[in-house]
Amino acid sequence: MMPADQLIEQLLALSKTDGLQVIVQDTTSMNLRWANNTPTTNGQTTNREVVIIAHDGKRVGTTTHTNLALSDLETALRVSEATARTSAEAEDYEPLLAPSQMPGEDWRAPAGELSASVLGDFAKKLRVGIDTAKASDTLLFGFAEQAVSTVYLGTSAGQRLRHEQWRGQIEITAKSPDFKRSAWAGSAASRLDQIDLTPLLGKLAKRLDWSKTSIELPAGLYETILEPSAVADLLIYAYWTTMARDADEGRTVYSKKTGGSRIGETLGAKGATLYSDPAEPGLGVAPFQVAGASSSAGSVFDNGAALARTSWLTDGVLTNLIRPRFWAHQTKTEPQPYIDNLIFPAEGQDLDELIAGTKRGLLVTCLWYIREVDPSRLLLTGLTRDGVFLIEDGQVKGAVSNYRFNMSPIEMLAQIKTIGQSEATLAREWGDYFAFSKMPPLVISDFNMSSISQAR
Amino acid sequence: MTHTIDSEFTSLPYTQLGQAALKRLAELGASYSDFRFERVRTQAIAVRDLAVERSVDGATVGYGIRAIVGGVWGFAAGIEVSEEAVLACAVQAVAVARAVAVLEAETVEQVPEPVHQDSYVSDYQVDPFSIAESDKIDFFMKVNQKVMDSGLVQHVDFSYMGVKEHKYFASSEGSQITQQRVRLQANFDVSRIDEATGAYDTMRSTAAPVGRGWEYVTDGYDFMKAAEDIPQLLVDKMAAPSVEPGRYDLVIDPTNLFLTIHESVAHATEFDRVLGYEANYAGTSFATLDKLGKLQYGSPIMHVVADRLTINGLSSVGYDDEGVAAQQWDIIKDGILVGYQLNRQMAGKLGLERSNGCAFADAYNHVPIQRMPNVSLQPATEDTTTDDLIAKVRRGIYIVGDKSWSIDMQRYNFQFTGQRFYEIRDGKIVGQLKDVAYQATTTEFWNSMEAVGGKSTYILGGAFNCGKGQPGQVAPVSHGAPSALFRNINILNTTKEGAA
Repeated sequence: MMPADQLIEQLLALSKTDGLQVIVQDTTSMNLRWANNTPTTNGQTTNREVVIIAHDGKRVGTTTHTNLALSDLETALRVSEATARTSAEAEDYEPLLAPSQMPGEDWRAPAGELSASVLGDFAKKLRVGIDTAKASDTLLFGFAEQAVSTVYLGTSAGQRLRHEQWRGQIEITAKSPDFKRSAWAGSAASRLDQIDLTPLLGKLAKRLDWSKTSIELPAGLYETILEPSAVADLLIYAYWTTMARDADEGRTVYSKKTGGSRIGETLGAKGATLYSDPAEPGLGVAPFQVAGASSSAGSVFDNGAALARTSWLTDGVLTNLIRPRFWAHQTKTEPQPYIDNLIFPAEGQDLDELIAGTKRGLLVTCLWYIREVDPSRLLLTGLTRDGVFLIEDGQVKGAVSNYRFNMSPIEMLAQIKTIGQSEATLAREWGDYFAFSKMPPLVISDFNMSSISQAR
Repeated sequence: MTHTIDSEFTSLPYTQLGQAALKRLAELGASYSDFRFERVRTQAIAVRDLAVERSVDGATVGYGIRAIVGGVWGFAAGIEVSEEAVLACAVQAVAVARAVAVLEAETVEQVPEPVHQDSYVSDYQVDPFSIAESDKIDFFMKVNQKVMDSGLVQHVDFSYMGVKEHKYFASSEGSQITQQRVRLQANFDVSRIDEATGAYDTMRSTAAPVGRGWEYVTDGYDFMKAAEDIPQLLVDKMAAPSVEPGRYDLVIDPTNLFLTIHESVAHATEFDRVLGYEANYAGTSFATLDKLGKLQYGSPIMHVVADRLTINGLSSVGYDDEGVAAQQWDIIKDGILVGYQLNRQMAGKLGLERSNGCAFADAYNHVPIQRMPNVSLQPATEDTTTDDLIAKVRRGIYIVGDKSWSIDMQRYNFQFTGQRFYEIRDGKIVGQLKDVAYQATTTEFWNSMEAVGGKSTYILGGAFNCGKGQPGQVAPVSHGAPSALFRNINILNTTKEGAA
């Protein structure tokens, strides 16, 4: 396969329109999936995505391909160029960005590659975990993946950018043989071998043990400790809706009823702070924008824009929204690119201390099937999953049922009673699409459990 | 119209690559292997108000190799179209199986399937990729212009996705199958902000995603009529009374009910969920094996059929991704759970001699897993209309179009909203309601179904991107449904949920 940098240079040399952007993303991944203590599906895959964005005046034509042989390069480019010539003018047109001075990776370096032993090394560790589970009459179900994805961006304006992203992930669900007790634990890091299985298995064993006592509790408003994964799933959704244009147009929870956005308004409790930072230690992401297609989250004309730490919420006050350059120009504000991580910094108590400090409340491990009910409030519905526990007088008393919740994460910010200690987090539902977050457990004063779910 | 498989696909060297891979896999000790070569074209267009937000034309080409070695599955996928690369990929697939063998895996066994050497092309008239992008955008612009001409709403967003899927499948058992399928989805969302109050709401057209060509856009769903009607319907909805929460009888239109079928029946009867294969991700199912043939899933009028044969069905194929020929079977008959969805491995676990053909991989680089066939609620034999059903209701709501949806990990507790909610009083519609969601438990809901509409009410709805599996896969699937009457269902007022 032709090295990505060479492929891009060849396409740029063949360009016949006003401008050209080429994005190449090379990805290799290995994964192992298991159920009932035995592997099910597992594999190793290689993928390349080539995005060719031809510019003709204010028009663009975009095509995507997996792999392009040398003989197909010009054909693919000409299709993009022909589309650009006949398409409508892009609403988000801006001149292509000149190269920035950001310290970058070596443009000519080959794409990251996985060691052939990754899968086997993990399988050996998992074998130990499964043997332990079998000995305690427990079934394990789960998924582990190591991927490396290298993105290259080259433009006719001179951008030559490369970023190599590593990601490892482990999720495990443990169940009793009758499936009536269930617990979940998950972790993400850049490298799979950085994740220690032992604490994950320990957490699962402890929770299955807690679940031996089953307590009936009706639906209602409860003081609730949301573990970091549950917090991440709610706040990632909230982050995904922070589009300035949508807010300015009156379409989101961030819209002011009298027009414009709610930037500057207090939405949450003191200490409720959210930021994104491509250089976040251990959770770093690409330091430049790269979008294969325009949306309200990002414009292809902004590709290559340098990303820097950006605060979205500071001590409960909404401080920024995602804003492409064209919208910033139209609204006479500053551009603010989307960044692919989300951090809630906090140095509060750890989970055990939060439990110990709870008079009566629920402990929720993670959430599932989260969907939007009302965009104007950002009311979300969804369910608790694989571990909901009743706490009384600082002790976990046993497992209660799962619940359907109806709750707005924005309104929830105002109901934060205590903020715990942040940790790198795998969001149970959105982690596949949003890998890098750092969240604390939160104590919410009145979390709305709308009805009981019989799911176990 | 009968189409043949595109020469752009048939000119690719998949046959020789596949046979070379299968030969090498046999030499490496695979007791079974298959080779799947795919080319998938996609086109995604979004028009926001009267401007094109994005238009992206994509083509994916690659292959996946699956092998059983020492009783364990191995899988590898690649994109380089050369014999050298394919053979290296075959070696990787075997290496994966050997690496995983340390886990002392349960031995994989598959039920037999006759050898097939065949081709299949789905039923469509106009290849959507034969229509110029500019012509498509012109049409979407006209729809958007019609909406904006109403002067009643501020925004309209049209989104379109077209797909043409080519697959070649070859197995070590001798099957060789080539298939071509076409599908598309198109809809627009209208947004209105009440400038006096700042209230905001949306309403979407109810065109179903379909296994059809461009003819669905021009002659199937009437987009121009919808563009004319929806702005006023949205104004009426925003001015409507907020629903009083409580118990109501519901008449549910098939444009909404298809999704309830999808979530509470189709997913619940996936046998991989029953076995626990999805316990860490999509979830398990309450419809466990001990309930087969016994569970009163719904009222006796409930008849649910699964198939991969329905004309224009999104899950319709000639053969699944294990080379199993398309079939039709009952899932629920007379209200009783009678069937599951299976692949070749799972059919054996259920004690059956043949799979019903529900293996699907959404891309060359994903393993085929058990995915959903078309799962449809059958209409009444008599021609009961939606109006007939509404006439049976003293106090109720008629729900049209799907919107928000959510269900738990065992498919018990669900909550759905819709595009429009019409209040029924004494058998007549008296106007719209707003802020409505219905919440129920699966078997309680389906046992409350008192009547279904006849064939005239039946619509093939569907979903383009049903998610399942790790790594995540999406699958297109259709669900036919008539209108249906449900008694005494819990209705929430969404403004009162979670309000501080």
